[in-house]
Amino acid sequence: MNLRIDAEKKQGSFLLQVNAEVSGERIGIFGQSGSGKSTLMHLISGLLQPDRGEIYLNDECLFSTTMRVNLSPERRRIAIVFQQAMLFPHLSVKANLLYGFKRCRNENRRIRPETLINLLQLQPLLQRGVINLSGGEKQRVALGRAILANPRLLLMDEPLSALDDALRFQIIPYLKSVSEEFRIPYLFISHSMMEMQLMTDHILEIENGRCIDETTPDQLARKRMAQSPKGYLNLLPLAAPVKQHGLFAYQWSNNTLLVSDGKEAGEALFELSSREIILFKKHPEAISARNLFECTVAEMFESEGRIGIVLSVEGKKLVAEIVRSAAEELMITVGSTLFAAIKASSFRKLA
Amino acid sequence: MKLTPEDIVAIWLSLKVALTATALALPFGFALAWLIVFKKFRGKVVLEVLVNLPLTLPPVVIGFFLLLLLGKNGWIGKVLDASGIPIIFTWKAAVIASATVGFPLLVRSIRLGMESIDQQLIEASRSLGAAWYDTLATIILPLSLRGIMAGSSLMFARSLGEFGATIIVAGNIPGITQTIPLAIYDYASSPSSVTLALSLCLVSVLISVVVLVVHELLGKKLDRRSAL
Repeated sequence: MNLRIDAEKKQGSFLLQVNAEVSGERIGIFGQSGSGKSTLMHLISGLLQPDRGEIYLNDECLFSTTMRVNLSPERRRIAIVFQQAMLFPHLSVKANLLYGFKRCRNENRRIRPETLINLLQLQPLLQRGVINLSGGEKQRVALGRAILANPRLLLMDEPLSALDDALRFQIIPYLKSVSEEFRIPYLFISHSMMEMQLMTDHILEIENGRCIDETTPDQLARKRMAQSPKGYLNLLPLAAPVKQHGLFAYQWSNNTLLVSDGKEAGEALFELSSREIILFKKHPEAISARNLFECTVAEMFESEGRIGIVLSVEGKKLVAEIVRSAAEELMITVGSTLFAAIKASSFRKLA
Repeated sequence: MKLTPEDIVAIWLSLKVALTATALALPFGFALAWLIVFKKFRGKVVLEVLVNLPLTLPPVVIGFFLLLLLGKNGWIGKVLDASGIPIIFTWKAAVIASATVGFPLLVRSIRLGMESIDQQLIEASRSLGAAWYDTLATIILPLSLRGIMAGSSLMFARSLGEFGATIIVAGNIPGITQTIPLAIYDYASSPSSVTLALSLCLVSVLISVVVLVVHELLGKKLDRRSAL
């Protein structure tokens, strides 16, 4: 998917002025609330008209002031998943799901309802009214409805923001499996760094109505390390733990990670803040932290006075964060060997 | 309770006039409410004032304007007269009078219904491939049903009670244009007809109660349906 946008839109005193080109299947639009992300989404989907400019999707002109083109939203084939599920309250779950499918031309019907209903496990919900669904169920139906419209592009406008943590991580696997299975490129709009890391490969960063950066989730997380309350988030998918003295022992490359709050069986995703990793120049003999690894410094970067240290542990990467004076005192350089200590309670279970 | 054959005619005529006026005004009311709620255009305020004007004007004034418009020398009257369709002093004039007076009530209720629809539902529908008229028929119309119903019952009730404008454009001809209020007016001016007037008043109350009950029942049914 290739999206080229050069557009301007004034709304009251707010001016959105975006000039960017992105290619890829999993694209993020990152910015704080009020930065213009939603306006941008409206311009791309055709729900709002730019004052000036042009928008191209895969070389097809969606909007152009010079060429006088303005494709109506229903002809752009860009489906939206909103923050609130926005299911049609007067229709059943099934009718909601098929709303876009029925309006999709036969030659564009690539995804069949049965396949999708199975993938999203919607079978038990089909005959129910939408009012009686839980928040997570609603969002799953909304996702299914958008996918069944067989869009060329899926816009997800903070689709997880209205859900609590537990539900959020129930939905993420669905979002991922749907996009992988049906190969629908998407724009994922959010202000959550973690969602960006989980859902996107490429990011447009929006601030005050302007696109200030085109970057990757990792680069953005590094840049925001100092200002973000949790620093850089290391995301660790771990599986098949063994119980050990009341802790969960996970295999992590050739090492064992001890985690206090694990999941009895199966896969789990953990978050580890860069600030929870303590670095030692020499092996500390006795230490209360349950995890201690020997590692080498693979890379170093700066984020507003803080130093990010990319540690390589048996082929795995972790980012630790220290202040500049600590880096100088320990004389850390790329290639130096360090010991990293992590408390078992520092791992936060996400899903 | 005593009803003369003329009273029975008046009751049927009242119902016929109110029903026709409501049915006739409904599509226009819906279209106008849609324009006001969802479209941006110049002169919207003027349109809103015009639509609401009959609500604040005395019905007699409206009747008089209608008479000027529909009378033999009026803009519309001339055209209709030439094509052989008499309006003034027929039941059709009563329909037009009722429709004009009740129209703002209808538009207001439908508007309220439409304004309560979340804008994102409409956006979702459009982005799922529905053209504007498709969204209008499959999302906006069903979701403003409550407003449409409330507006229709209000307008129907208002039409049943229409007096001022009707007496000017349709007159008070027993058996032809005499509706319940006009008949009561006739009876009330002669002391010997108190019982007859009272009987028609009771019929009025009865019809109003039926309208309200039907309105409530339909509303409940709609609520149940949306809570499925």
